[in-house]
Amino acid sequence: MPRVRRGPPPGVDPELLAKDAAKLMPDPTRRLFLRGGASLGALAFLTGCDIVDGTSAEQALIKISHFNDRAQAWLFNPNKLAPTYPESAVQRPFPFNAYYPEDEAPEVDREDYKLEVGGMVDNTKSWTLDELYALPQETQITRLVCVEGWSAIGKWTGTPLREFLRRIGADTRAKYVWFRCAEGYSTSIDMPTALHPQTQMTFKFDGEILPRKYGFPMKVRMPTKLGFKNPKHVMEIAVTDKYLGGYWEDQGYNWFSGL
Amino acid sequence: MGICYTLRDGKSQGRTELMSIEVTHDPALMPAEPARPVIHPRWVRVTHWVNALTMVVLIASGWQIYNASPLFAFVFPRWVTLGGWLAGALLWHFAAMWLLAVNGLIYVVLGIVTGRFRRKLIPIRPGEVLADARAAFTGKLKYDDLSVYNAVQKLFYLGVIVAGIVVVLSGLAIWKPVQLHELAAAFGGYDTARYVHFFAMAAIVGFLVVHVIMSAIVPTSLRAMITGR
Ligand code: HEM
Repeated sequence: MPRVRRGPPPGVDPELLAKDAAKLMPDPTRRLFLRGGASLGALAFLTGCDIVDGTSAEQALIKISHFNDRAQAWLFNPNKLAPTYPESAVQRPFPFNAYYPEDEAPEVDREDYKLEVGGMVDNTKSWTLDELYALPQETQITRLVCVEGWSAIGKWTGTPLREFLRRIGADTRAKYVWFRCAEGYSTSIDMPTALHPQTQMTFKFDGEILPRKYGFPMKVRMPTKLGFKNPKHVMEIAVTDKYLGGYWEDQGYNWFSGL
Repeated sequence: MGICYTLRDGKSQGRTELMSIEVTHDPALMPAEPARPVIHPRWVRVTHWVNALTMVVLIASGWQIYNASPLFAFVFPRWVTLGGWLAGALLWHFAAMWLLAVNGLIYVVLGIVTGRFRRKLIPIRPGEVLADARAAFTGKLKYDDLSVYNAVQKLFYLGVIVAGIVVVLSGLAIWKPVQLHELAAAFGGYDTARYVHFFAMAAIVGFLVVHVIMSAIVPTSLRAMITGR
């Protein structure tokens, strides 16, 4: 597993970044994600013995992570806009990052595509790409911040998610909006973030139809959350009161992950 | 102070008037039995050791987080890191950060309102720092009065308190670059704030190395930080 990488953005090598995904994933030989090669590392080093039992420490940390979800929800200001940047700040090429290499990005057929809508909404009719493209669109130049620490400024064009939620008659008193993606990825977000003015159903990147690697035909862009909370290749949107977690969230990444 | 202890030692029943002087003193400073004077009150000792533990957890998990996207051409060896992988390290880091912030706030507020910082950490005169540093390197520095910090100690302690404040603020800036984007901007933006956070950590680690060596060289100071005397 490649553990060393030099020189993240600016000037990222997209191929190197593809390899990075491996680093996001737990060591396949261990399910207990808190235990590295040196067990609890510094703690064991401090006490001279491994006094902290992995599972109970893990449970305590997960509890604190849930507390952090609530703290971040409290801190989240629905009217606070993410800073925007001039066209010249857009990073080209924009880094590709996923848990699969670029050439394994899912291929979604333009003609067959239908966005499914479900859960607490008035109208569950699916949407073709042409119907989606006909919605009013906006452009944002914002910073994408990855959970790994690097960031990059990009330019995304699409429909505010709140506009779409209005059109499908979503019950905005529901707690969550959940996204299912073509490659089996999923994530879910809190309703206030879904209704944030900069949360966008994105159809274009840097003025071009969203390329496959950046999430064709549609991704959801939210500059108020870490990159992994911005799902690509979105096939289904559901409004729900049920906590459904997500691909990375279920493995220990903080659910709210707000910026 | 000396007088009070003498009175206690005398166990005199007849000097109630003089004894009442003791009552006006902070009870934490009054030993139950004859002993060395208290150098570090309980709040200093508790916050110090909570801080030491929290810092170690934050540093070790922070190194694992750093490894996911290194700022420089090196990564930290796995055995000094905490968390096993990025998600585990983030869980540790975002748990310990609360403890550091709350504990640090208590320490700094009490340090200011009790006058401890004013009494012990200032003023720092460059001439004294140089003289004491020279004395330290030539082995001539005396550590017999633990209640008074020499100029080098003052500089180090004040310096690490400032580094602690910078590490917390820059950490907040990179944790919440949207909600607190004014703070992130004050650090020169998200990417620069990452470097600030890193260098503040490096300063704290540098301090820690010298600090731990010094407390091993002067074990009475370590005892004082544990028992108070
Ligand atoms: C884990 C190992 C540590 C040990 C063994 C240790 C030991 C000590 C000792 C013995 C003293 C009293 C020194 C004296 O009388 O001059 C002291 C004071 C102090 N230490 Fe530490 N320490 C540790 C970690 C830390 C860390 C991580 C920090 C901050 C990042 C820190 C910050 C301080 C400060 C600011 C003081 C002065 C406190 C005051 O007088 O208010 N220490 N430490």
